[in-house]
Amino acid sequence: MEIKKGIGVSPGVAICTAVVLDAEDLLIPKRTIPDDQLDREVDRLNHSLHESEFDLQKLREQVTDSHGKEIGGIFDFHLGIVRDKALIKQIIAEIKSQKTTAEYAVSVVTRKYANQFASMTDRYFQERVKDVYDIERRILKNLIGQKHEDLAHLTSDVVVIAHDLLPSQTAALDRIHVKGFATDVGGRTSHTAIVARAMGIPAVVGMGNLTSEVNGGDIVIIDGGRGMVIVNPDADQLAEFREDAKKIVLMEKELALLADLPAETLDKHHVSVQANIESADDIPEAIKRGAEGIGLYRTEFLFLSLEREPTEEDHYAAYEVAMKNIGGRPFVIRTLDLGADKYTQAQMQNPERNPFLGDRSIRMCLHDIPMFKRQLRAILRVSVLGDLRIMFPMICTLMELRQAKMILNDVMEELEDEEIPFNRNIPIGMMIEVPSAAIMADQFAREVNFFSIGTNDLIQYTLAVDRTNERVAGLFCPAHPSVLRLVRDTIRAGQRNSISVSVCGEMAGDPLYTLLLLGMGLNTFSMNGPDIPECKRIIRSTTLEHAKQVARRVMSFDSERQVMHFLREETRKIIPEAF
Amino acid sequence: MSSSRVIFVSNKLGLHARPAMQFVDLANQFKSQIMVIKGGDEPGEADGKSVMQMIILAATQGTELKITADGEDADTAVAKLAELFENKFGEGE
Repeated sequence: MEIKKGIGVSPGVAICTAVVLDAEDLLIPKRTIPDDQLDREVDRLNHSLHESEFDLQKLREQVTDSHGKEIGGIFDFHLGIVRDKALIKQIIAEIKSQKTTAEYAVSVVTRKYANQFASMTDRYFQERVKDVYDIERRILKNLIGQKHEDLAHLTSDVVVIAHDLLPSQTAALDRIHVKGFATDVGGRTSHTAIVARAMGIPAVVGMGNLTSEVNGGDIVIIDGGRGMVIVNPDADQLAEFREDAKKIVLMEKELALLADLPAETLDKHHVSVQANIESADDIPEAIKRGAEGIGLYRTEFLFLSLEREPTEEDHYAAYEVAMKNIGGRPFVIRTLDLGADKYTQAQMQNPERNPFLGDRSIRMCLHDIPMFKRQLRAILRVSVLGDLRIMFPMICTLMELRQAKMILNDVMEELEDEEIPFNRNIPIGMMIEVPSAAIMADQFAREVNFFSIGTNDLIQYTLAVDRTNERVAGLFCPAHPSVLRLVRDTIRAGQRNSISVSVCGEMAGDPLYTLLLLGMGLNTFSMNGPDIPECKRIIRSTTLEHAKQVARRVMSFDSERQVMHFLREETRKIIPEAF
Repeated sequence: MSSSRVIFVSNKLGLHARPAMQFVDLANQFKSQIMVIKGGDEPGEADGKSVMQMIILAATQGTELKITADGEDADTAVAKLAELFENKFGEGE
């Protein structure tokens, strides 16, 4: 039994067996496998060797076609190694004698050879160490890839332990059987946290070295509220946590009563509380939690779960399901916001040195107009099925917005020519998530129908902080006065031009900022489904007048600490148990 | 039945990836068990059917190697494998 502390990023308690995911670019930790599962590890090894062989054959053909036989021949050697019976025998022997995973056995055996190559005197043979590492990575990638596939087809409940969860991994996850996450790295706004909150399951991140301390099959308790993970708990702990899990269910039931009530202040000021979702499957849960609509539908997951570019019909099929599920409520679809993520970078021939300042999001779409148009066509085609609105991400300059709108217009004309019905007056909005857009909000407000403030990126770009870098993540703070000014000015610009403004970043779902945002005049809050009841509770317990006073006071502070302290005090005054 | 022969690595680059693959591909066509033994400063022994082990011998130009085969087709195996070295793996130098 071991208790480990991390950062709780999504509340709840899960008690399940663990599935541990390795990362091919990291040292694979040794894990023990029960005797009766060793044969399965050997099967996994053989399967991944076959896949590697297939990959290499394909690669050899491609390279031979483009660079000639001489260069293509390099892969003959790699093929020779993945077919090397003596080597495979050694790896299998390692699995069986050490009772360990195929991943660990592969990395131990290949590293032994790599060390031998590295210590050679002849330059040519020394260099072969690179080939060995390359082959190791390829086999591991296929082994780990299988695990991801396994995670899409689970038969019993599990919690997932990983170094970090990538969007491509979570996209295909079995949403019924995965009951919790715990990762080595990450922070409150990491991808794992966002997905866990959207799924309404507990998650703890920043655990340090958890992946090397948990073996697949261990019983693990994840307590997302307290940021705790317990590996192989004893009977007392199990009983205690089962009790806690029951209490949490009760508390949720209480909050659930709020779901159907409007988000209306005591002085009858109504705001709209909506949900952020990753896939159409998240909609029923979001509505159950009390969402009046979807304020942000992230379309990236379509790309990530297919691991290729979706066709127009792929887009259409996904959006059509979403429109059915949402049943006439407002639905904001955001166009593709990929680029800075690991997946896209890995696909690139030359990964960018600074991807967050690179060819991402709307920039990527404007560089690949055929791809952009495929998505826009599908969006427009479903626009007749309900209250659909379209939103462009990462707009930095007016030119970008105008270009995006022009392309949308082109697509509309194409559809008209083809006599395909769509909503000509589809509301067009943009994300405010870079300082340049927030500062110029009054200009932008004349050219769109709505704003949605993406606080995560806005904070990152304003404070120059990578929130996934544990060394500086502490500097990432929505309460920083510079960020608050940009949010306030954006809301004001919207009010002056009579367009609606929402916040769809993490800040909207954090109860600490509900009073402030309400007081700034925000009219739409869009957050993860599970955060909705708490947000409604705060809104329903205060008056707009009071919230305005809070906001005025907050804007006079010069440090994030003062802001947070004051907001905590004020929120506690209305709801004592809020924090 | 067993058979063996001593040969010298005469091609310029030594037993690098391509010739090692050629050797292993040929060795795998025989039923006999095939071993390659290297003496000298960095001695070693390799399974002639394993490209990883063959390459790890790091047999550079001029290295002396002993090819041994054990099995029903040992004689042919050794003769054919030695021929590869005599032909410098088709490298022409």
